[in-house]
Amino acid sequence: MDVGTFCAQSRVLIVAGKGGVGKTTMTAALARMASQTGRSVLIVELEGKSGITGAFGLGHDLGYEEVELQAAQLPGQGTVRARRITPDDALVEYLEDHGLRRVSKRLVSSGVVDVVSTAIPGIRDVLVLGKIKQLEREGVADLILVDAPATGHAITFLTSASGLVNAARGGPLRSQASDVVEMLADPSRCRVMLVTLPEDMPVSETIESAFTLEDKAGVQLGPVIVNATDPVPAGLERSAQDVAAGMGTAGVGLDPALVAALDAARRFRLERHAISAAQIERLGRDLPLPQLLVPTVPAETIGLAETDLLAAALAAAIGQLVPEVPAP
Amino acid sequence: MSALTSLVTERSVIVCCGPGGVGKTTVSATFALAAARAGRRACVVTVDPARRLADSLGVQSLANTPTEVAGDWPGHLHALMLDTKGTFDDLIHTYAPTPDQAEGILSNRLYQNLTGALSGTQEYMAMEKLHELVESGEFDVVVVDTPPTRNALDLLDAPRRLTRFLENRLFRALLLPTRMSLRAVGLATQALLRTLSKVAGAEIVQDAVAFFQAFDGMEEGFRTRAGAVRALLADPATAYVLVTSARPDAVAEASFFAEKLTERHMATAALVVNRIHPHFGGTDGPPPDLPGPLAALAANMATLNDVATHEEGSYAALAEQIAPAPVGRIPLFGQDVHDLTGLERAADALFG
Repeated sequence: MDVGTFCAQSRVLIVAGKGGVGKTTMTAALARMASQTGRSVLIVELEGKSGITGAFGLGHDLGYEEVELQAAQLPGQGTVRARRITPDDALVEYLEDHGLRRVSKRLVSSGVVDVVSTAIPGIRDVLVLGKIKQLEREGVADLILVDAPATGHAITFLTSASGLVNAARGGPLRSQASDVVEMLADPSRCRVMLVTLPEDMPVSETIESAFTLEDKAGVQLGPVIVNATDPVPAGLERSAQDVAAGMGTAGVGLDPALVAALDAARRFRLERHAISAAQIERLGRDLPLPQLLVPTVPAETIGLAETDLLAAALAAAIGQLVPEVPAP
Repeated sequence: MSALTSLVTERSVIVCCGPGGVGKTTVSATFALAAARAGRRACVVTVDPARRLADSLGVQSLANTPTEVAGDWPGHLHALMLDTKGTFDDLIHTYAPTPDQAEGILSNRLYQNLTGALSGTQEYMAMEKLHELVESGEFDVVVVDTPPTRNALDLLDAPRRLTRFLENRLFRALLLPTRMSLRAVGLATQALLRTLSKVAGAEIVQDAVAFFQAFDGMEEGFRTRAGAVRALLADPATAYVLVTSARPDAVAEASFFAEKLTERHMATAALVVNRIHPHFGGTDGPPPDLPGPLAALAANMATLNDVATHEEGSYAALAEQIAPAPVGRIPLFGQDVHDLTGLERAADALFG
């Protein structure tokens, strides 16, 4: 599939996955990739300290206001902007939009918001998703990439709206929630991409959450990104001892400790590869979604150079995808 | 004895914290196992163990009480999987003056949402369980794994968050006798509640009032308890072990966590870097001029060693940040750790 076609499939891509699988890095790489097809991108960060600015070679933290991570410098390149949306910010804005500016501060400071969000679980998430829906409707960017919370929370997050629609009988909150449900269920507006690692726990969790997300949140899932999948280099079939023995006189003077170390490294690589190959296979068997395999980027920190490497790997993997047959 | 070993032989409370997905559960279990090997009575509280690890620890059921793990060590190893809701229910039963009042709370809709919806509740219950186990006197050391927290503050501020919630002034004021409440609550508050009913629905307000009514008279007990939990968390005898992987994003989060601990005058007792790539063939790596047939093997070793070097670089600053606390390393094994044998191997790597 052409990368441009891929990026045009839906306006909002929600990137989700277990903690530590490289969600933020993949969000940055997807943004970079889309911008190279001339699209403007807005990254929405939802929590914590994610390092998304670092992935663009910048240092500062994000706030509620948009910042530009990348200007459109080259012809055919789009801008990348980023912002953070927290439930508190979204709530205050929601109240202000509904003519309640006067009480908004007091609701937050008195702890009433905590009580209400406990009474209506999911209200905080619905407000955040409502804000994302508003950005989508306004067309603030060609592609909105959401760096979602870690999977356990992501499921709660994405099912919050349907839960609220069922629980609330009416009122502005309910209509907000049903607007969100509508967006989540429409693949031309929104899809979820799961990120995982080729390891036991991340793969199990990905399979489980994929089905939950489809069934309960009604979202369409895009391809699964499998991070840190490395091919086995050629020439590791025979043991180092075997190879050395076969070298005749050239192998005689070799330090046995070196040969042993070479073989330990060989076995380690093969064992790790067997684990990850088995996990990728299991993922493919239990979760019928296309996979985008991207390699490990060896680096002490993720900066723009690493993000670009990953963006290129993603683009290459997308190029291998078979285009979707449009639903009848 | 190494500084890391003295943690498991001397401390009575070890809290393993750090970013999600780095193997905190495994590391917690490894610490408890090491304590049992050192002859102590150890208990590990796990929050969300992988199924196979849970099976091998015998904690797959939500018993919420410690189960002994049989093994060949001089001490005792117990494990427990945290049941957040059950722990909270137990607290309600403890502090409710009558069984009826306890039932009233347990059946309240707002209460039923509390464990899932109020952020920090799961964290608080992990700490509550820790407190309970420490108080029981049955263990020399309790190791607690912490939930995959949205952020560090949820864990450290959990006791305060819950008491703040339970003592909500505005709703408490509503419980005063009707005529008095009108005056006490004030016009602004009444307007606020009307707004709330309009936006969120009248039932919400009713549920909330019912909850605070049911809770009436229990705040004192809860506050005292939360105070005790807070004191335990702040106690110098409580060791915070920061767990991370060598991935740059995990290290950044761990560093943020360490900062928050320092701000609260809690020291990081140790840093454990989990699943690091081993170095092969000493620090020099393979000689560059190996003859042809060995070139592919040498290149493989060089690549792996590069990864290991990058990883060391990624947590070097964090190690300095938490110094003089020791740094423990658990290598990435050829096989993943998901049983007792794996835990023993991890313990060997950490404690020698």
